Amino acid sequence: MKFYDVADLAVRNLRESIFRNSLTTVGISVGVASLVAMLSLGIGLQQLASRRLEKSGLFDTVVATSRRDLRNFREQREEGPAPAESPALDETARQKIAHLPGVVEAYPDIRFTTELRFGDKPHLTTVAGVPFSAKNNNDAFEGVQGSFFSSEAAPEAILQKSFAEELLGIKPKPGASDANAKIAELAKPLLGKELIMRYAERTASPSDSGSAASSTSTPGSSATSSSASTSATAVAAVGPGGNENAAYSVVSRRQGLKIVGITDLDPDTMRGTARARVFLPLKLVQELHVVQSSLRDTPATGMPTFSSLSVRVASPNQVPLVEDAIKKMGFNAFSLVDATRSMRQFFAVLDGFLAIFGSLALAVASIGIVNTLVMAILERRREIGIMKAVGASDADVRGLFFAEAGVMGLVGGAVGVTLGWVIGRLINFGTNIYLERQHFPPAQIWSVPLWLVLGAVAFSIVVSLVSGLYPAARAARLDPVQALRYE
Amino acid sequence: MRAVDGISIDIRAGEFVALLGASGSGKSSLLNLIAGLDRPTSGAVIVHGNNLAALSREELAKYRLHTVGMVFQSFNLIPSMSLLENVELPLRFAEIDRRERPALARQALERVGLSGRLAHRPMELSGGEQQRASLARALINRPKLLLADEPTGNLDSRTGTEIMELIRGFNQSLGMTVLMVTHEQALAEKYARRMLQLADGRLVDDIPNVARADDVRVASPAQAPAIPGDRP
Repeated sequence: MKFYDVADLAVRNLRESIFRNSLTTVGISVGVASLVAMLSLGIGLQQLASRRLEKSGLFDTVVATSRRDLRNFREQREEGPAPAESPALDETARQKIAHLPGVVEAYPDIRFTTELRFGDKPHLTTVAGVPFSAKNNNDAFEGVQGSFFSSEAAPEAILQKSFAEELLGIKPKPGASDANAKIAELAKPLLGKELIMRYAERTASPSDSGSAASSTSTPGSSATSSSASTSATAVAAVGPGGNENAAYSVVSRRQGLKIVGITDLDPDTMRGTARARVFLPLKLVQELHVVQSSLRDTPATGMPTFSSLSVRVASPNQVPLVEDAIKKMGFNAFSLVDATRSMRQFFAVLDGFLAIFGSLALAVASIGIVNTLVMAILERRREIGIMKAVGASDADVRGLFFAEAGVMGLVGGAVGVTLGWVIGRLINFGTNIYLERQHFPPAQIWSVPLWLVLGAVAFSIVVSLVSGLYPAARAARLDPVQALRYE
Repeated sequence: MRAVDGISIDIRAGEFVALLGASGSGKSSLLNLIAGLDRPTSGAVIVHGNNLAALSREELAKYRLHTVGMVFQSFNLIPSMSLLENVELPLRFAEIDRRERPALARQALERVGLSGRLAHRPMELSGGEQQRASLARALINRPKLLLADEPTGNLDSRTGTEIMELIRGFNQSLGMTVLMVTHEQALAEKYARRMLQLADGRLVDDIPNVARADDVRVASPAQAPAIPGDRP
């Protein structure tokens, strides 16, 4: 029999017992719907988590440090040149790293602890430079109260929530749920206000010591002139530590900063205890030449040497490659890519569990198919006998029952995916109402990609066909003489 | 117990043979063997040089499809299909192009005088009309052999006669070999040119119908070749 005829006869037969077959098909639909709802929830959660994590910079960032820095002794054990022969992590190295394949940008990691004055009270905290690109790729700055920096070197600051609380003298309440409402309240009295940052500027002295007095008019400060009130208040000459014979002076300076944003999320999660609570534009911080604990200028060129570089990679997959390339250049490199691997593992297991639960209903539905088709054989015994008597082969009869199972699978799958999609929409809708009440931003916790739609329908057809195996074989082996015998 | 036991008959192309016998005499079983619906436990059934006993299930289905047409006492039309669809059914199994099928089925129904009933379902028709439709279905693939199992058993005598006249027409005009099971002696005498009498699964008599024996070869069981066959 040709495919058209098999399909045509199958649909006819299904329509003959429309009620019973519809019930069976509804069973399949419910099974597919539960599978789709479960899997789409798993996929949605995974997407939500990886979106967050990608924006956090945890998984697409490689941190490169110099092997010369003996404080990183733990990493020295890795293969590569000995600390003494390791190249300097300076501007040349930065540009080289920035041009590695897969690297989006490489920027120096500048952070220092300093005093910030708000009103008249001094507050000690860690300040970090943030590249302008973070505006679009860091979740913490995306949801900022207020705004991001207006330009690459604007004398502006974004505060972490806890520092904002400290400035206002608010003690964080444990278990506070109205996160968004609170941060808006925090932002109101702070946005647009001025902070005075006191910091130590290092100025390179061409000759060694004795040039302290000349550094009152430092070239570094002119770069950041703008509206900030920069004034030298103290001059000190500091001999360079240990083996380096270059000298630089340290000048105490002030920098006015406008508070433009408050962020709830921590943009600096990767840093652990060294995390900063005040963020300034990276360009601004670079131009300030603040004294950092581990930053030295290279004697020969006068160019700064960085303690570490943050290297942003286009996708998490490329992180290991970039890491290796940086190691080959003679630097230490580390990333949290292993953490993504375990996260993916977790979601694979979660998806597996959700799929098993979802499949349970489909398994029950497949028993329904077997039942319906076996019933159909009993009911259509005579009809099968007639078809065989007029020339139907075993294969024709088998194909017919197979096709009936397949059509039920197709219809059940299509209806089920639609149903699952609707259920997912409802769950999403309900969750977002809840999130909104809790003042969280709305989230897409549920996602039905095209492959899931097609996969679910295909899976439903396959399950139905497998269920049809036994009834089809039984119908095909039916003895026509027996089937045609009068009752 | 054997339903059909030690029967050796030889049927020639174009013959009209009646199988007579009481209920349980084995006449239907013999018909099923020749129809390819059943297989003998031993012995052979040779049609057109093919031993049905040696054919695979697949080949047997092909044989039923192309070589034999069957008519039953209870018509055996599929109730959910219209007459046209019922008659068209064997064409589906024969994989005839679906654009050609309705015309062929209509032609076959016209031949049995049912051109006005194409869209009706079997249950909406009289017994005679249903049997005509099943005759049309039996003819649709132009078989060489028409097997009829009590074709008039469920019909009154007038419609029964109409059906028998149709069958005789096929035998004479199309040269179709007809093998008919019946328990009505009168019917057999009226239409068949040869009558095989069965009892308890054995052939007890093989007589030419004298009234119509003008063109029939008579072969006694002893002389006949060992198997029934349609030898051209």
